[in-house]
Amino acid sequence: MSRAAIVTDAIAVGAIVDEVRGAGQGAIATFIGTVRNSSGTRTVTGLEYSAYAEMANREMNDILHEALALASGAEIVAVHRVGKLNVGDICVIIAAAHPHRAAAFDACRYTIEEIKKRVPIWKREQYADGSTEWVEACSDAVHNAGATT
Amino acid sequence: MKVTVRVFASYADTIGADRVTVTVPEPPTVGGVRAAVAALSPALPPRPLIAVNETYATDDVPIAEGDEVAVIPPVAGG
Repeated sequence: MSRAAIVTDAIAVGAIVDEVRGAGQGAIATFIGTVRNSSGTRTVTGLEYSAYAEMANREMNDILHEALALASGAEIVAVHRVGKLNVGDICVIIAAAHPHRAAAFDACRYTIEEIKKRVPIWKREQYADGSTEWVEACSDAVHNAGATT
Repeated sequence: MKVTVRVFASYADTIGADRVTVTVPEPPTVGGVRAAVAALSPALPPRPLIAVNETYATDDVPIAEGDEVAVIPPVAGG
C-alpha cells in the first residue's frame, strides 16, 4: 500500500522496504537521505527539522500520487523524519517498487526531487562551535514561481 | 481585512512569533498578504512565498474569512 508520512521516530529501512515488496514487483529502488557531518566548510554536529505538518503531509501525498501516475503499477512509500537528528541518522527514505527497474528508479527519483523542492520542511544545522543556522538550500522553481507571480 | 498568518522556521525567528496578524487592503488577496508580511521586517524577502489552505498560492488568489494563511520560507527537506 503506497503511503507518505512525516514521522518523529527513527526510520526503519527494512520495514519500509518490506512494505513495497510484492510478487509482481521485480525491482525496488530506494533513496535514503542521512545527516552529513559537514555543510560547506563547517562541521555539523546535528540538526533539527521542523515542518508545517498539515501542508507537508498534503504535499507529500500529492507527490506520491504524481509519482504513481508517472510509474503505473508502482508501489511507493515515502517517509520524512522531523525533530532533532544526529549525524548519520536517516532523515528521509523513498522505497519504490515496480515490475521493472527503470520505472522503479524514475518513481524514486521523482519523489525525492519533488520532496526537496516543495514540501514545507526546514532544517536548522548545529555546528561544532555551538552556533545554529537555518539552511535555505532551495532556490527552486516552486519558490521562485510563487514569489514572482 | 485583518489576516492572521502562520509563520515558520527562519521567518518565525525573524518575527519572534509563529503567528502574526497583518492588515491587508480590500479585497484581500495573497498579494496583499505578501506585501504586508514583507513589511514586517527588512530581514524578510520582498516577496515571501504564501500558502492558503495548505496550498502554494499566487498573488491573485483571494483570501476569505477562515482561510489558513501561511508564509513559507525556502524549504530544505530531504
